[in-house]
Amino acid sequence: MTERRLPPHRLALIAAAVGGIALLATTLRWDWLPEYREAILGGLWLTLTLLVTTSVAGFLLAIPLGLVQVRGPRPLAWLARGFCTLIRGTPLLLQVWLLYYGLGSLFPYLPGVRQSWLWPYLTDPWPYAFLALTISFAGYEGEVMRGAFAGVPKGELEAARSLGMHPFTILRRIWLPRAVQRVLPTLNGELIIQLKATPLVATIAAVDAYAVFGRIRQETLMVYEPLLLMALIYLVLAGLITLAFGALERRWSRHSGEP
Amino acid sequence: MSVMELLALAPPGWGGALLNGLWLSLQVAGAGYLLGLVIGMAGAAGKLSGGPVIRDLLTCYTTITRAVPELVLILLLYFAVPEAINQLLATLGLGRVDIGPFASGVAVIALVQGAYATEVMRGAIRAVPVGQLEAAHSLGMTPLTVFRRITLPAMLPGALPGLSNLWLIATKDTALLAVVGFTELTLAARQAAGATKHYLLFLCAAGVLYLIVSLISNLAFKGLERRATRGMHHD
Repeated sequence: MTERRLPPHRLALIAAAVGGIALLATTLRWDWLPEYREAILGGLWLTLTLLVTTSVAGFLLAIPLGLVQVRGPRPLAWLARGFCTLIRGTPLLLQVWLLYYGLGSLFPYLPGVRQSWLWPYLTDPWPYAFLALTISFAGYEGEVMRGAFAGVPKGELEAARSLGMHPFTILRRIWLPRAVQRVLPTLNGELIIQLKATPLVATIAAVDAYAVFGRIRQETLMVYEPLLLMALIYLVLAGLITLAFGALERRWSRHSGEP
Repeated sequence: MSVMELLALAPPGWGGALLNGLWLSLQVAGAGYLLGLVIGMAGAAGKLSGGPVIRDLLTCYTTITRAVPELVLILLLYFAVPEAINQLLATLGLGRVDIGPFASGVAVIALVQGAYATEVMRGAIRAVPVGQLEAAHSLGMTPLTVFRRITLPAMLPGALPGLSNLWLIATKDTALLAVVGFTELTLAARQAAGATKHYLLFLCAAGVLYLIVSLISNLAFKGLERRATRGMHHD
């Protein structure tokens, strides 16, 4: 069925792409792959862990960030807006370095910190990587959530209030679900942006997929192969995220009864 | 040394080095952004009125560039593409060319910006009512005149928010060139920090400079938007 829908020009393009990939697979060197298989899979695992944990933590932070900007005490709203502006106005690489080199350079001055149980964590790059990516996601998503909270129709909230719902119940049962439903279509793009941001942690010596390929490039002195495979891996990951979201959105819209 | 001495413009202060870095960042961002706009315009035109093959190829371009991390694209363009060009030149019996970090930086920013700009402009052009374009054609305007007098002014209000966002992304993406040793603002700040051991101070100073750039850009684009939407309904 699907073959019949493919127009001839697309078949030709697909054939050209397959030919190109076959050419790359046969003319370039791939004999290093078995040796580095474990390292690549390990790096990939860390990249995915970082992506999922920082996105979830960042999104949880974004909910209060968006909420207080729409209906919060003035000082809190300003603070949240300032935070979002700060995060969105500076490069993520600078934030990563600021946390790792800047904040990290202060800790040794704390008395007794070198002997405490915290010290191994404070010298490890992963907590900084997690923190930087989390606050970055929260900053961008906080702005999106602000718009989503503000965009929920007033009538729905008034109806809930007139039924005597507690403000917290309104938030839990109506305001938050409706806002999340509004941001769901944009989350796909945000997650891919977050995936593309994860290689930055390699600059503070956290060994994610990108760092593993950096090591391969140094050890094998190959120019094309590791870079091409790395690009392909990120491409496939982004494709998987899009597929997953497509399925999720179909399920979500079936439940809410909206097309 | 005090904070003021550290940030002084003349050495041994590092303020001058930071401003140099900022200037380099802005140059790369500006050149990449403008090139990206050109690519985006061509891409949008191709997606809207090109043949099926061109449309499919453009979809491949925008999908791939938007899915692969900028950091990986920078490495590809900085290491792999010059190597491929030089191998090609060598087989043709020609000499080597050197592609510096500035040119690769501009190329990467332009490539990425072009992919996003294609989508922004395609959406904005599609929002222009077909009747206006048909009216212009029926008056005998050439396609170029139609574009300049009707399409461009009519699409601008729809495209400006996206384009302003893209400019901010361009300025922030220049920081990634630090990874290939290009002394733009972020790397300049880190070098200053490493030399003086005042990490927090210099990285914060760079952050303030980026923030100033983004705030000024926001104001400028707001002004542009007001100009582009004058005479339209405001609610």
